[in-house]
Amino acid sequence: MKRLQYERPVIQRLNVGVMNKFGKKTEYAPVTHIDGNSVEELINKYGSPLFVISEKTIRRTLRDANRAFKTRYPKVQFAWSYKTNYNNAVCNVFHQEGSWAEVVSGFEYNKALHNGVPGNKIIFNGPDKTEAELKLAIENNSLIHIDHLDELYLIKELATNAKKRPRVAIRVNMDTGVYPMWDRFGFNYENGQAWDAINKIMLNDTMDLVGLHSHIGTFMLAPSAYGVAASKLSELALSIKKKYKKNVEYIDMGGGFASKNTLKGSYLQGADSSPSFDQFAEAITTAILNAGFVENELPLLILETGRALIDEAGSLLGTVISNKRLADGRRATIMDFGVNILFTSFWYDHKVSPAQEFSQYTEDAVLYGPLCMNIDVIRENITLPPLKRDDHVVVHTVGAYNMTQWMQFIALRPAIIMIDMEEKAHIIRNRETLNSIQGDEVTPKYLKDFKL
Amino acid sequence: MKIKRNVALSDSGFVFDPSTGDSYSTNPIGLEIIKMLKEEKTPQEIKAAIVKLYMIDEVSFEKDYFDFVEMLSKIKLTENDEKKKD
Repeated sequence: MKRLQYERPVIQRLNVGVMNKFGKKTEYAPVTHIDGNSVEELINKYGSPLFVISEKTIRRTLRDANRAFKTRYPKVQFAWSYKTNYNNAVCNVFHQEGSWAEVVSGFEYNKALHNGVPGNKIIFNGPDKTEAELKLAIENNSLIHIDHLDELYLIKELATNAKKRPRVAIRVNMDTGVYPMWDRFGFNYENGQAWDAINKIMLNDTMDLVGLHSHIGTFMLAPSAYGVAASKLSELALSIKKKYKKNVEYIDMGGGFASKNTLKGSYLQGADSSPSFDQFAEAITTAILNAGFVENELPLLILETGRALIDEAGSLLGTVISNKRLADGRRATIMDFGVNILFTSFWYDHKVSPAQEFSQYTEDAVLYGPLCMNIDVIRENITLPPLKRDDHVVVHTVGAYNMTQWMQFIALRPAIIMIDMEEKAHIIRNRETLNSIQGDEVTPKYLKDFKL
Repeated sequence: MKIKRNVALSDSGFVFDPSTGDSYSTNPIGLEIIKMLKEEKTPQEIKAAIVKLYMIDEVSFEKDYFDFVEMLSKIKLTENDEKKKD
């Protein structure tokens, strides 16, 4: 007699009417393939856990964003936010699609140069730019976004000895009606700091003020806030035109568009609550178009969108290590990936799908990572079909920040693969080895030997 | 381990406990185990029956079995006085 397929026995209380914190079942079909590649085969070949990037999704998402802005405004330029995911293969997909580079450190600046981005198409943001890095950026005609007065004075000093005039913008922070207001970066609009910095640049005549920049927050769910920011930057640009008879070349609205992830504690799923590119585009472009620019003097609109462009293209494949029962009766499932590589699980209730067939029965569970640390919780409450040891799962929408903020902590970091437009998998970062970590360690000679 | 006598089972996996008014849903393997427990079969007999019927080895099933009966005890589908014998 042929034996039947086994499934772990489960029993679940039926609740009528009242929603519990685990919510409803959300998975109705397993995710067995990503862009035509079997999850099981990918894990067999590249190991588990494994980050998978879909090139198709990156290009489709960026084209969607471009369409949303370019159908509403004549001059639009995206700049890829390196800190969101600076794997070279990922960056180059964006560059192939026409994105410039937006970097926030010397390390990222050099990465962009190494990838072949021309210096004048690198936007250099952030509060920490060293003298040497600024010199290089001036030499390369990069767009330097000034964060504070000390930086402004340093650039002035460097400009006197440089062969080229620095091309600069100032970062402007402002009240856009959202909380928290980001006022730690750049110069404040409302109290006049921004206008003061503009005057300092314009009257000194050692550098060219080519743009105005803002970045109002992160995971923004209110497109109207961008409308307010775009109006305020436009007003500054028009004031510069009025006082100095100079056109500002560009307005850079920064990043911060929400992705389709679900923030912890939010009532609706991210896919339902996050605004679309069209909504952000409508708010921003309407504000600039209505600000009062002469038609042929409209500034270039730069967008440094990161998260919303890459999050959906990333998936994390993982494997069940064990199941156990907590003292209060809840199921606990231990996965082979934790907060060390899935940093965003501190912010989001990531969607997790089993990668193999399952029945309609579900269990309320807590998903833990493999670290011997109490904080290593992937999902505090999730309803999933019964998973057994060695089963695989797919964590969705992990493309942003995880592959840059991941920690080499307790375990080595996994490989990253990219599935190309023809659905072929390429390794784009190797799994770490002991030597990846120990290679840079130096043990003094007198500490090399010991007896136990 | 003994299931409360008045617990009602349906073939579709619906479990009703009239003493508390609570109802539960269990999967086919869970249902088979509860049925066998009602028939007062021993863990060894249950293990032999399941391993014969399903694609699972004894060690793996034993782990799942003890987890499942712990859950049955937690949700009070078992007779209190019988609990300690297992």
